[in-house]
Amino acid sequence: MTPTHVVSPSDKAELQSQRKRAALLFLVPMLAALVLVAAYPLFRSIYFSFTDTSLTNLYGGQWVGFDNYLSWRTLPSGRTIYRGTLVDQAWWNAVWNTVRFAVVSVSLEAFFGMMVALVLNAEFKGRGLVRAAILIPWAIPTIVSAKMWSWMLNDQFGIVNDVLMKLGIISQKIAWTANVDTAMLAVLIVDIWKTTPFMALLCLAGLQMIPKDVYEASKIDGVHPVKVFFKITLPLVKPALMVAIIFRMLDALRIFDLIYVLTPNSSSTKTMSIISRENMIEFDKFAYGSAQSTLLFTFIALFVILYIWLGRVDLSGDSK
Amino acid sequence: MTLLRSPIKQAILLSLFTAALSSTAAYAVEVNFVSGAVGKDIELFKKLVKPWEAKTGNTVKVVPMPSSTNDQFAQYRLWLSAGNADVDVYQTDVIWAPQLADQFVDLTEATKDVIKDHFPSIVESQTVDGKLVAMPLFTDAPALYYRKDLLEKYGASVPKTWEELTTTAKKVQEGERAAGNKDLWGFVWQGNAYEGLTCNALEWVKSFGGGQIVEADGNISINNPKAAAALDLAKSWVNTISPPGVLSYGEEEARGVWQTGNAVFMRNWPYAYGLGNEDDSKVKGKFDVTTLPTGGGHDKSAATLGGWNLAVSKYGKNQKEALDLVKFLASKETQKENALKGSKLPTIMSLYDDADIKEKQPIIPRWKDVFLQAVPRPSAPTKVKYNEVSSKFWSAVHETLSDEGTADENLEVLEADLTELKGKGW
Repeated sequence: MTPTHVVSPSDKAELQSQRKRAALLFLVPMLAALVLVAAYPLFRSIYFSFTDTSLTNLYGGQWVGFDNYLSWRTLPSGRTIYRGTLVDQAWWNAVWNTVRFAVVSVSLEAFFGMMVALVLNAEFKGRGLVRAAILIPWAIPTIVSAKMWSWMLNDQFGIVNDVLMKLGIISQKIAWTANVDTAMLAVLIVDIWKTTPFMALLCLAGLQMIPKDVYEASKIDGVHPVKVFFKITLPLVKPALMVAIIFRMLDALRIFDLIYVLTPNSSSTKTMSIISRENMIEFDKFAYGSAQSTLLFTFIALFVILYIWLGRVDLSGDSK
Repeated sequence: MTLLRSPIKQAILLSLFTAALSSTAAYAVEVNFVSGAVGKDIELFKKLVKPWEAKTGNTVKVVPMPSSTNDQFAQYRLWLSAGNADVDVYQTDVIWAPQLADQFVDLTEATKDVIKDHFPSIVESQTVDGKLVAMPLFTDAPALYYRKDLLEKYGASVPKTWEELTTTAKKVQEGERAAGNKDLWGFVWQGNAYEGLTCNALEWVKSFGGGQIVEADGNISINNPKAAAALDLAKSWVNTISPPGVLSYGEEEARGVWQTGNAVFMRNWPYAYGLGNEDDSKVKGKFDVTTLPTGGGHDKSAATLGGWNLAVSKYGKNQKEALDLVKFLASKETQKENALKGSKLPTIMSLYDDADIKEKQPIIPRWKDVFLQAVPRPSAPTKVKYNEVSSKFWSAVHETLSDEGTADENLEVLEADLTELKGKGW
């Protein structure tokens, strides 16, 4: 007979709390690091947005309440004038640019990424090599690829114009980054080129999770490949795709480096990050720029909450 | 033998040795110098500081920065407001003094015996509330570069007015293109939305008699018909005599088109003169320079006053050596070297009559004429708000040039924006 050890409820509770303590102990260094590098800068910049701090006087800012966001006063003539970021046309232009950029680039990247992933998911010779090769644009630092593209898109000696001219697609050299109409297009092209591999990789991971027998069953039933894609592949890859899209969306909403190198001062591509930095550093309106970066933070936070919420609603609808 | 074997004596010897080492190290310091890099600036700079390094035993480490003055300013301001102790000497743009005055050492005392040799107007631009913020290193004023060979071929004279320039450029461009030179353009300049466009547009406006955006007394003068006429003429160049991409060009892009032989005229700073005459240049010996044209019946041309200065950081570790380096670089001998090797305009008046410079860089004495017509950007009256004023101005100009609203409309909005920015006073 082997002696059986009886676990009393009090022992269980003791073990539980011990585990909790250990877990907490392991978490402390991480939490401390997060507070130091994420929470402190965040709250400090939110604090700055309520003061009149400037870069030349970083520690002497006075509390001004919501003036950087919105303030108004009535002139003796009876006319009321509004000041602050929330009535700043340049700010709303930047918000519009950012949203436009994020929506267009992420949807196109998801589309192309999915296509690339479908190709890579197929069995063919040298698949490993192609998979590695396709990641190259993603591996190049953004600054380097942006500079590279700005030379390629140069109107006089850029290769893009040269090729298009030789192919007879355009009759005159296009000033990609200078022209207001094509500046956003240029930025989008480079961003899509750069981040499609990332999207493809995440989609590929999702595709490989799909069990093979579902496809086999559909083959036996003689289902059309297009129908297979929409009825089997897409619904099953959706969770992975949703995660990929939210990652890219967060990235796209705070886009900075690419635009800073490619079209730094064009009002048709200025995003929220660009305009906030411009105010903070170049115009010596540190507090005003802080207010804008606080708004950007709020914007992204709201978007994430909304996205997760909408995602849940969708999922529960599926399970019914 | 026994002497060395004893461990105590060995230790003493060793400590003496290290003490000797560290004391020499204390004398020879590394001075960190940051500067934007255009053309061959950095190579030239390394040659210029050699004598100082040899004399003092110190070394100078050059930290190259991007060529755009806006990028440099943003980085320097961050470093300075964080009290960065790693950088000792900053090369500063002529417009920065009022904005960065608090962060630099007052040079008045250290340079009082040499400062009177420099152009008083430049010294004044670097003096804020009686404090000499930066020491003039070289001055800059742009000129009109033109292709002698092409003008001769088409029997055209060097244009005196912007209108003449427009017709000449068109004539040469059309002629050359018909002859198969498809990539040739009439006129290249700096049209990207940045500080360089403020310089270009200020020249058009001023040479049309349209004032200088914000006058010395702080009055906003930009919204006037002459300024609008100037911008309208410039707008007519884009995509006719200037490539459409000119709206994204800085100095180096314009020089790129010019130096490959693809432009008849170019507006640029003196540095392009030396580079254009180097062996690998396609326009070597084929071009000359003159003062910028006038326009709209106005009789005086204008060239934006540029130039670079040396400032010593308050937070640097080697202030004494830094001051010495600044004095050396701004001295007559070094400025002469800089003029001979880099076609940089000296800030010391007597160098314009120097025989060597006259012989090797005949352009420099002639640049005195350009310099006499130089117009300052409104950095002094607008003080810390200058960057925003300049940004609003170049945005309005860039919009006009890219056909977003007319010059009249954009200048009216600009005036309203500047008035609001000014508030009760600059």
